[in-house]
Amino acid sequence: MSPARRIIPCLDADGARVVKGIHFTGLRDAGDPAELAARYDAEGADELVVLDIAASRDRRPTFLDTVRRVALQLSIPLTAGGGIRSLDDARAVVRAGADKITVNTAAVRRPGLITELSAEFGAQAVVVAIDAKFEETSSNWDVRVRGGRDSAHLDVLDWARRVVERGAGEILLTSMDRDGTRSGFDVALTSAVSHAVPVPVIASGGAKTPAHFAQVFSDGAADAALAASIFHDQAQSIRVLKEFLLQQGIEVRFPC
Amino acid sequence: MSIALIDYGAGNVPSVERALEKLGAASRRVCQPGDLALATAIVLPGVGHYAAMIRALDERNLRAALLEAIGRGVPFLGICLGLQALYSWSEEAPGLSGLGVLPGSIKSLPRDVKLPHMGWNRLRLRTASALLEGLSGADYFYFAHSYAAMDSLDAAVATSEHGAPFTAALEQGKVCATQFHPEKSGPAGARLLCNFLKLAA
Repeated sequence: MSPARRIIPCLDADGARVVKGIHFTGLRDAGDPAELAARYDAEGADELVVLDIAASRDRRPTFLDTVRRVALQLSIPLTAGGGIRSLDDARAVVRAGADKITVNTAAVRRPGLITELSAEFGAQAVVVAIDAKFEETSSNWDVRVRGGRDSAHLDVLDWARRVVERGAGEILLTSMDRDGTRSGFDVALTSAVSHAVPVPVIASGGAKTPAHFAQVFSDGAADAALAASIFHDQAQSIRVLKEFLLQQGIEVRFPC
Repeated sequence: MSIALIDYGAGNVPSVERALEKLGAASRRVCQPGDLALATAIVLPGVGHYAAMIRALDERNLRAALLEAIGRGVPFLGICLGLQALYSWSEEAPGLSGLGVLPGSIKSLPRDVKLPHMGWNRLRLRTASALLEGLSGADYFYFAHSYAAMDSLDAAVATSEHGAPFTAALEQGKVCATQFHPEKSGPAGARLLCNFLKLAA
């Protein structure tokens, strides 16, 4: 008896709307966050993540309102983040209804933030997001910040171990090499991180087919898998995905 | 029914409130001992660190009022840390005393599995229980914890397992508690909350 593998849709929110990135052409509207949240809850999503992709100060109130509207629809856990730089930022998203907080760039700049969040909300509420990019020269994965634009000059496995020591209860691991490619999760990266840390790892970046999910659970040792646009498009139903995983002998929450 | 929802600043108070509301049950957030006198049911949510919860209860002088209400037979539902608070003490904060309604302590789950125990897991039902009526070993519930009641499973109406078996749900008279979060557990969690409301009616 062990926890089922989790399927986590992610809503990238730009203010009051969910958006999806299209290569070279920018962002396209993908719907109302509350409507999508209600649909995913009913379809059997195990958790939901909502990220503020704009993460600008002046639009913060709009994002918090989005978190509030999403939380009202859910009977499953909600993680929120994007632009969280301080304990006060985190308190605001928790008050808006988030069960967990995710931090990325700010944690790299000031790792003490992880300790503060963990002390206030408990490790189970602190999800550290790590964006990883493979470096040919050094043959290891490099931590990227600011939406993947800059190198943090940190080794992903070292950083993953450090964030857990600081009090992270979970790692949201995104492959910058696979993100947006729909060529499958980075199984090698996920497996390396999952075996390096004692906390659950959420794999992200590159999902398209049910087989991609099966692979990242079995070979990648992921505890959960996250995807955005394939769910928004209704290209992939969560229910059908879970049926497939069950047939592959992977334990998921079903019926849901 | 007057449901007192103990509000000492725990993160899951609003979601428990919403989950009860969806079932048509209005609750009142309370944070003072006097507020418990008129309660016909008490819900103690909790998430985070054991020490923060016990200190928050004591700072608000809620310990005696809670024990008095439980002693009077007021239906009680503890969620997550709210279950752990019922025992004598926890390894997470060895210097502090729990409510001591149940004997034994809270201990860390084994370190050879991923902690926190985070996600959806099933129950092993042990005895007939009003709290778990209509639910079975096929239902999944949402857990997010690293510590658990493992000393004795005597009080458990259901156990779950992550590295070791632990008390997932208990029901002793009108004292109920779950290690998982029914307010975050989809339709199965709603069913359990509904069962508690019936038991408290």
